[in-house]
Amino acid sequence: MNWSIIIPLIAFLVLIFATGFWASGYIRNKANFLQEYFLGSRELGGLVLAMTMVATFGSASSFVGGPGAAYTEGLGWVLLAMTQVVTGYFVLMILGKKFAVVARKYDAVTLVDYLRKRYNSRAVALVGALSIMIFLFAAMTAQWVGGTRLIEAVTGLTYTQALVLFAFVVLIYVLLGGFRAVAVTDTIQGLIMFVGTIVILAGAIIAGGGLPQIMADLANENANLVSPYGHDGSLTPLYLSSFWILVGVGVIGLPQVAVRAMSYRNARAMHRAIIVGTIVITVMIFCIHFAGVLARPIMPGVSDPDSVMPLLAMEVLPAWVAGIVLAAPLAAIMSTVDSLLLLVSSAVVRDVYLHEFKKDATERHVRRVSLGVTGVLGIVVFALALTPPELLIWMNLFAFGGLQAAFIWPLVLGLYWNKAEKHGALAAMVTGVVMYVFLHIFIPEPLGMHTVVLPVVASLLLFVLTSKLFPTQDKQSELSSVSMS
Amino acid sequence: MDLTDRRMKVAHREAKIGVGLALIHFILWFALAYGLGSGDVADYTYVFGMPAWFFYSCIVLSGFMIIVVTFVVKLFFKEVPFEDQEEERETK
Repeated sequence: MNWSIIIPLIAFLVLIFATGFWASGYIRNKANFLQEYFLGSRELGGLVLAMTMVATFGSASSFVGGPGAAYTEGLGWVLLAMTQVVTGYFVLMILGKKFAVVARKYDAVTLVDYLRKRYNSRAVALVGALSIMIFLFAAMTAQWVGGTRLIEAVTGLTYTQALVLFAFVVLIYVLLGGFRAVAVTDTIQGLIMFVGTIVILAGAIIAGGGLPQIMADLANENANLVSPYGHDGSLTPLYLSSFWILVGVGVIGLPQVAVRAMSYRNARAMHRAIIVGTIVITVMIFCIHFAGVLARPIMPGVSDPDSVMPLLAMEVLPAWVAGIVLAAPLAAIMSTVDSLLLLVSSAVVRDVYLHEFKKDATERHVRRVSLGVTGVLGIVVFALALTPPELLIWMNLFAFGGLQAAFIWPLVLGLYWNKAEKHGALAAMVTGVVMYVFLHIFIPEPLGMHTVVLPVVASLLLFVLTSKLFPTQDKQSELSSVSMS
Repeated sequence: MDLTDRRMKVAHREAKIGVGLALIHFILWFALAYGLGSGDVADYTYVFGMPAWFFYSCIVLSGFMIIVVTFVVKLFFKEVPFEDQEEERETK
């Protein structure tokens, strides 16, 4: 047990709990439970909106896997990671005011609500809800495993003890406070991530003897490490550019990100969030990945890339600072997990149960079912994370790409193209998911680009073609799209 | 109806600005990284101890984008009400 690291972690968890209790006051007092629990009653301000966007998106992959890959590949991986900076402004500028106004008009609580009303189609809604449940459930389980491993490594608890701790904390504050608690804890977690990454980069520069020294060491070991092409020259410009879709502009299509674009209070909050979000994501992504590269001459020969970040923190920082900095990746994982847990619950409760099985549910019933579903989902994820099944870990590999390919065009064209209609949306969603999974298994990275590119392009083509060839003769959807434009 | 139009015009214009910014961002990212970084590593120039391609594409460009985004939002983004009732109340 390493107390100087455990004490800051405990302080962090206490803070997170307190937030959950604070937010639970809103849940009791709001008249519309669904709106409050799944969307925070659309009252987010600019700072919280920016932080919850960044924190939800910046997950285990950017805080644990990212620095590890940068350690292996060199500066080229930092260049790749910087493609994420665009999300800071792009998501809110594109979905922006249009999505905010339309979602209010439709009274949409979830992304699927929006799709259901926009396309006036049960099929579109069910395919959407199903993809969310399957893909994000897998992603969530994988993130729980990541969070648990991290606690295990840092505190010296056993895997099971660490998992109980992690599951307990996340479940309690999500159940107590819903979306508002998630967004506000995301803000705290985001601030910890922001400060933590700056501190660790500064520590690494000093420990390595200054940047000129570190760069010389890197170039001496392997000149490719300071080039944009990766340690063996395999990061081609085309491959890196394709990440502009996967982790850049394509992020619009992720339901956990899109739902945040309808949760803010007013235009001023949105404007502020664009600026704050761009700054925060730029600093965070740059510092954490650059620190991963600098770690190489400081600690050569680390065999498990995922441990680069914790090892670096303990190597270059005083123990109590390391404790605070190590709360950052844990915060990153928690802030992703809590959003996914709530989003999968909303898909089950709002998009399937209330629409398909119980249209006349009372407010009390909705409340009971929502909390029940979140609780049960949490327990199932917990049980699965105890001995993670291969299938789930494997599914997680294509969760984000698959969801992007499914949702990006139905969402964006639904907003900006009047002729977008349900057959097109359905074709686009099915094509996106099926093609992504197929390519991922059989022809990964076709034509030297990330696997996500072709499904996104194919999904767009099919959407437009189908909408042109088989326009819906549906008065209501025509009306709604006319009044929207 | 025309009130909705006004809000939608604002939204559409801002979405176009977003696409434009992302395009500029991508082109500069590509040009700086591969324009300065594609030669032999032995011939690299260094700025503050970092290879020039890295310094400009990852640090200077990011700072530049933050400044541009801030200006664009402050100068060109308009405040509009999101609720339909607000719109009516405002005009009455």
